[in-house]
Amino acid sequence: MDILVCVKRVPDTAENEIGIKADGTDIERGDLVYSVNEWDNYAVEEAIQIRDKVGGSVTVITVGDEESEEILRREMAMGADNGILLSDEAFEGTDGKGIASILKAAVEKGNYDLILTGAQADDGAGQVGGMLAAMLDRPYASLVNYIELVDDKKIKIGREIEGGNQEMNEIDLPCVLSIQTGINEPRYVGIRGIRKVASLEIPTYASSDLGIATNTVGAGSAKVKRIDYFVPELGEGAEMLEGTLDEKINRLIEMLKAKGGLK
Amino acid sequence: MEFALIPPGKTFLFFIPNIIFSIAIPVLGIAIFLYFIFIRATPLLKAAPDMRWNNLPERIRQFFTMWLFQIRQPRYMFAGVLHILLFAGFLILSIRSTEMVILGVFPKFVIPGFNSLLGTLYYLLKDYASTWVLIVVVVAMIRRGIFTPDRYAVPSKYGKAHTGEALFVLAMIGVLMITESLFDGSLVSAQEQKAMHTELLAPLSLSWFWSKVLIGTSVSTLQGLHTIAYYIHDLTFFTFLCFLPLGKHFHVITSAFNVFFMRTRRGNIKPVRYGVSDEKLDDLESFGVKRLEDFTWKHILDFYSCADCGRCSDNCPANTVGRPLSPRFISIKGRDLTFRNYPIFPIGAPFKQGENLIGGIFEENEIWSCTTCGACEQECPLGIEYIDKIVDLRRGMVDEGVVPQSLQKPLSAIEKRGNPWGKLEKKRVEWTNLLPEDVHVKVLDGKHQAEILYFVDSITSFDDRMQAIGCATATILSHMGENFGILGVAEKDSGHEVRRFGEEMLFQDLRSQNTEAILKSGISRIITSDPHAFNALKNDYENIPPVEHISQYLARKIRDGQLKMKRLVNGNRIYTYHDPCYLGRHNGLYDEPRAVLDAIPGIKRVDMIRCRDRSFCCGGGGLMLFYEPEEEQRMGVLRVQMAVEAGANVIVTACPFCLVNIEDAIKVAGMEGQVEAIDLAELIAQYME
Repeated sequence: MDILVCVKRVPDTAENEIGIKADGTDIERGDLVYSVNEWDNYAVEEAIQIRDKVGGSVTVITVGDEESEEILRREMAMGADNGILLSDEAFEGTDGKGIASILKAAVEKGNYDLILTGAQADDGAGQVGGMLAAMLDRPYASLVNYIELVDDKKIKIGREIEGGNQEMNEIDLPCVLSIQTGINEPRYVGIRGIRKVASLEIPTYASSDLGIATNTVGAGSAKVKRIDYFVPELGEGAEMLEGTLDEKINRLIEMLKAKGGLK
Repeated sequence: MEFALIPPGKTFLFFIPNIIFSIAIPVLGIAIFLYFIFIRATPLLKAAPDMRWNNLPERIRQFFTMWLFQIRQPRYMFAGVLHILLFAGFLILSIRSTEMVILGVFPKFVIPGFNSLLGTLYYLLKDYASTWVLIVVVVAMIRRGIFTPDRYAVPSKYGKAHTGEALFVLAMIGVLMITESLFDGSLVSAQEQKAMHTELLAPLSLSWFWSKVLIGTSVSTLQGLHTIAYYIHDLTFFTFLCFLPLGKHFHVITSAFNVFFMRTRRGNIKPVRYGVSDEKLDDLESFGVKRLEDFTWKHILDFYSCADCGRCSDNCPANTVGRPLSPRFISIKGRDLTFRNYPIFPIGAPFKQGENLIGGIFEENEIWSCTTCGACEQECPLGIEYIDKIVDLRRGMVDEGVVPQSLQKPLSAIEKRGNPWGKLEKKRVEWTNLLPEDVHVKVLDGKHQAEILYFVDSITSFDDRMQAIGCATATILSHMGENFGILGVAEKDSGHEVRRFGEEMLFQDLRSQNTEAILKSGISRIITSDPHAFNALKNDYENIPPVEHISQYLARKIRDGQLKMKRLVNGNRIYTYHDPCYLGRHNGLYDEPRAVLDAIPGIKRVDMIRCRDRSFCCGGGGLMLFYEPEEEQRMGVLRVQMAVEAGANVIVTACPFCLVNIEDAIKVAGMEGQVEAIDLAELIAQYME
């Protein structure tokens, strides 16, 4: 099975203190470190596990600048066979739909049975997977936390739904799935692994390679525009319990009972 | 020379001359033995290389102290004394046993030089040796079979108890002693009856006892006993010899080699592969130990040498708190796998190779459970190594990407930010804002120079509580008038646990960044308050200025009279010192911290039962703080209980990780207000004049 996984380079929320620029246009990026979006990492791990079971290939793809190559290499160190970088100055400022259209163009250059994305990105809106599926006119399932291969025509997938319930579906191949964290345990990528793939060729495609008119992507044609960034003001409603540990516990139990949380 | 009894080699079994047996038993026995050794040597030859011919004076010293003089045995007094007696008996009787074998063929054989007083003395000694060995065998059988100390128990997941094998071997030794002495005793008894010259038997020895008991027995019966004793001895001796390579008694043969080749340095970690320089590591196909043959030959020899005594696991903190790790079974499982894959009779099936150890005989959690505290290696009388094996197995897991999520986060943070919490680099110096007004710490960023570098390391730089250790250390150095500074943002995590958790390449990156920063700063010596950083700089780094732990510095200043301390207030406090693994066992610093404490006038200090080289790990430092082990209780809680049992209410330690773990443990144990923990540097900063 040939699998394509769409990944994204994002500021690493675990290793950054995110601040907002004074003018509200962006976050402070001076001291940031970046990594592959956490959900995407699970998607790549899942793809590798499927490939190891049934054969085929795993390709990782991203839309970004040349620095995004680092995350492609990291995913290749995990075990992805190929990486593709979609990079063009014209892509800058593209909205979610634009990103999906760029990915669609790249997908059509290949032949993929299964396309995986992360359920969302740390700095995203969780929209690209669904739009990509629609543009490709392929079936789509979101928040997938379980994949079972049935045959080469269809697969069985599990989805996490409201209240922690689980839903099982069959879905026809080829399809697009957005992957939820927890579907597996992504493997560790060490320095050694990254060095091993350091010299592998990663093809870069620009808009002309993909047959995309530059006026359909980029900030200029974005239909969704960010107009402000701010930290919400602290609201009312939080209460700090005072007293000894036992007093605090008793007070908490009382409050939970009063609100119906405990019976 | 006339014999009172016909020598065994000249007797007949019906019409068969027994000399056939005298020759056949040794020839067959030795042939089988050599074949077994050949099979056992095969995996050693296929194993990874190891360098064990360096540091010969130390090897010879260890060989004498640990092998010949059995210096580690009395750490378990009763078992140790029994073993020393048995071992000494074996050494003494090895000459006699060889002589016995030859006598079966050449009855007039005399060991060269034994036709003198030396011979007489030797025979007296060997009479007593076989006597005490028999007594030890009986005591050992009772101890093993009836009382069975807990440390011999085999948890069900590791298979069945090994008591049967132990008793069988003891029985064989007993038979050897009885037949050897009966052989002599029957002869002397016959000599006395025939009023011939009698050989001198050691009074009250086993042989002497036989000669007295058999005094009224007819010569023909004595003849029978003499011959039968000889051949039972001969047969048992070679059965015993051939049985040794089949189980835990292989140590009788391998121990001398294993001790000679054991580690001579402490605190260090073996290179990824001997003979491959750091620059060439990228060319290696695979990293660490994944299959049996990835172990070095010495590590497989370790498996063979394990005597299954259980001392390692008895002292292992991970085993004690119920983590899925027992060092004893690292060895036993390794040995059993080697035996299975390289069977004595590889009929039809050639030697098996290539099965994965993780998921096979070892499990992931087992290998991550080790804190590398070194208690097992400190205890092992045979010089078996565990830390290097654990690190090698972890290297293999890291190479395969098999790392728990709880460790992936801090490793990735260290890679990106140089500290396991992923805090911003520039915040590494923020602890200096907490310093008292009169203490100034220079950042050695090129604009400032200093003589001493205070290497702070991550936890002391970033952890709210441990920053107090940084402040205390800086205060001490400042008040002592030292010209010192810190690296500031140029300092990265020392990488001590990064290496010990198997991420060698990340460690080497950190090491080269730190080394460069240290050399650039132009300092001439290093002081640190963190034993993990201390051990890394001392034993993992190369070509950097000398490094001292703050406790060494303080001890030196007190000895030289340059540091005086105020009288301790609050006289009802009783202090105890908890030895951090990486100061104590790995670097031998037991006396310095104690000397510093004892220099405070009025201090009352007690030692815990488990102190110095038997110190009990607090739970582990560095990345171990992030690992989520399966365990029944916390090591730290046990350690706090040990302090309370010793009568102490203040636990002094000299390591930020120990302080984290012990302070947490005090809370978990609900002993806040009853017991407190403090770092040595904090205490001295309070009491220095």
